[in-house]
Amino acid sequence: MTFSPQLEARFEKLVRSYPPGRQRAALIPMLLYAQDEVGAVTPQVVEEISRRLGVSVLEIEEVVSYYSMLRRKPAGKHHIQICTNISCLLLGAEQLWEHACRRLGIGNRQVTPDGQFSLEEVECIGACSWAPALMVNYDYHHHMTPEKLDRLIESLRKTQ
Amino acid sequence: MLYNEPSPLEVRVLTRRFGLPNSASIDTYLATEGYAAFRKALAMTPEQIIEEVKISNLRGRGGAGFPTGLKWSFVPRQSPKPKYIVVNADEGEPGTCKDRVLMENDPHQLLEGMLIAGLAVDAHTGYIYIRGEYRYLIEIMDRAIAEAYERGYLGRNILGSGFDFDVYTHTGAGSYECGEESALLESLEGKRGIPRIRPPFPAVVGAFQCPTVLNNVETFCAIPAIIRDGGAAFAALGTPKNGGTRLFAISGHVNRPGVYELPMGFNLLRMINEVAGGVRNGKKLKAVIPGGSSCPVLKAEECDIAMDFDSLARAKSMLGSGGVIVMDEDTCMVKVAMRIMKFYAHESCGWCVPCREGTLWLKKLLTRFHEGQGRRDEIALIGELARNMLGRTFCPLGDAAAMPTLSLVEKFYDEFEAHLEGRPCPFEARTAVLV
Repeated sequence: MTFSPQLEARFEKLVRSYPPGRQRAALIPMLLYAQDEVGAVTPQVVEEISRRLGVSVLEIEEVVSYYSMLRRKPAGKHHIQICTNISCLLLGAEQLWEHACRRLGIGNRQVTPDGQFSLEEVECIGACSWAPALMVNYDYHHHMTPEKLDRLIESLRKTQ
Repeated sequence: MLYNEPSPLEVRVLTRRFGLPNSASIDTYLATEGYAAFRKALAMTPEQIIEEVKISNLRGRGGAGFPTGLKWSFVPRQSPKPKYIVVNADEGEPGTCKDRVLMENDPHQLLEGMLIAGLAVDAHTGYIYIRGEYRYLIEIMDRAIAEAYERGYLGRNILGSGFDFDVYTHTGAGSYECGEESALLESLEGKRGIPRIRPPFPAVVGAFQCPTVLNNVETFCAIPAIIRDGGAAFAALGTPKNGGTRLFAISGHVNRPGVYELPMGFNLLRMINEVAGGVRNGKKLKAVIPGGSSCPVLKAEECDIAMDFDSLARAKSMLGSGGVIVMDEDTCMVKVAMRIMKFYAHESCGWCVPCREGTLWLKKLLTRFHEGQGRRDEIALIGELARNMLGRTFCPLGDAAAMPTLSLVEKFYDEFEAHLEGRPCPFEARTAVLV
């Protein structure tokens, strides 16, 4: 399996970041960065990283199943993650979540048929003081309302 | 970038560069006494550095409030193994969003804190473990690290001193448990984030089985000011045994939620009313979770309190990570208990049975309660399940789930009673129109 030159450069830097004999430390960053490029932690990604780090497939599967950001199947092009934890909840995260489900016609961890959007209810994302908050891929959006979410979805649609 | 207006009541030590043009750049940093503390520390002995940190009364800003100088002094002076500096930037405690702004607005302050820690314990490598969702902060930190190498503040023979220090960022991939220090170290080594049994503590056996200084982002960020202006000056900003300022993340039902730097011991009611502009929509204050979701709740009448570790402990709560969650009179406390437990059940790593089972059973029970399907005898069952987690787990996640739950049942017993035997939530109609 081949990755882009940028990702290869990142991997190379990563494995040099840890003490000698401790290259396994690069595993979780490699999985996440590979997922960013490939779209998911596919069996091919697992096998390739297993080969490169000398960590068994089984041990990698064990790690993949633990971390909530690692996924087996691709998310939508715009992965909308809505926080419903306590600070966001107090300021209307539930209504925001329900609005998003209705608007996109999908539920938690589902993808729209055109592959453009996916939705996930997430735990605290560290935006409590600027709640309610959500993330689209790695971008934060603070002080959200259903109306702002509609506008955000429209502007994301136009970027395809 | 700043996400809320600063308050005139703030005492800006760690946030002094916030709002300056290009505050994250090394040029701005150097123009504002940046790396001056590190230069000063180069002329100090390790013992002198640790002594200054002890004098400052700095206590860990991640949540536990352990004295930082003491923690550093546990690292063995003579060690055949290399030593490591590890930054816990796995900010994930619900209600907490302060490390984000520290890294975003002043990344070099964190690097300088790490360098000084390196001098104090003779470590030459540092890792910044950043939660996976904070990708943009990894980019900011990587840029700052590259700048520091270019200008000779990282790498070999720093400023001609003979001291070497390398720093790397390391991304997590979604796990609250990895904010717990021993689980973080497991994760750093490429494994599931499962806690280690202690002792040995990380100071002796930490990253890669080597002695390690592991502190929260904000703790490291306080170090440059302590060395630059002296530990005594930092200590004097706070209350006895609670040195300095800290960043409070105020969220919930207030007019001006935000992250504010205030002296330790600042009064909680003043924080809500004067710093955060009071409870919004003219509503009455009902309760406050004073330091992130793991902390026992305070009723409104308990909120005339100094926000330091010891005052909160006396009130049977905790200062925790400084996440102040304010709730108004329309908040359903059964729902709060349910949502908090849903979080801990999701984040329990499953290693210890009392936490794995306890959080799940409590989540189911509290969900049923909130739907009006609770029975009177089950109110006691909530407490029993929670108490059976306390002190029976490798890491504090079980306690973190149990403590707020116990306090909510004890202090808002009548609200649990109001949800019994098919009665719908009395608050639902009122909270449905919030957005």
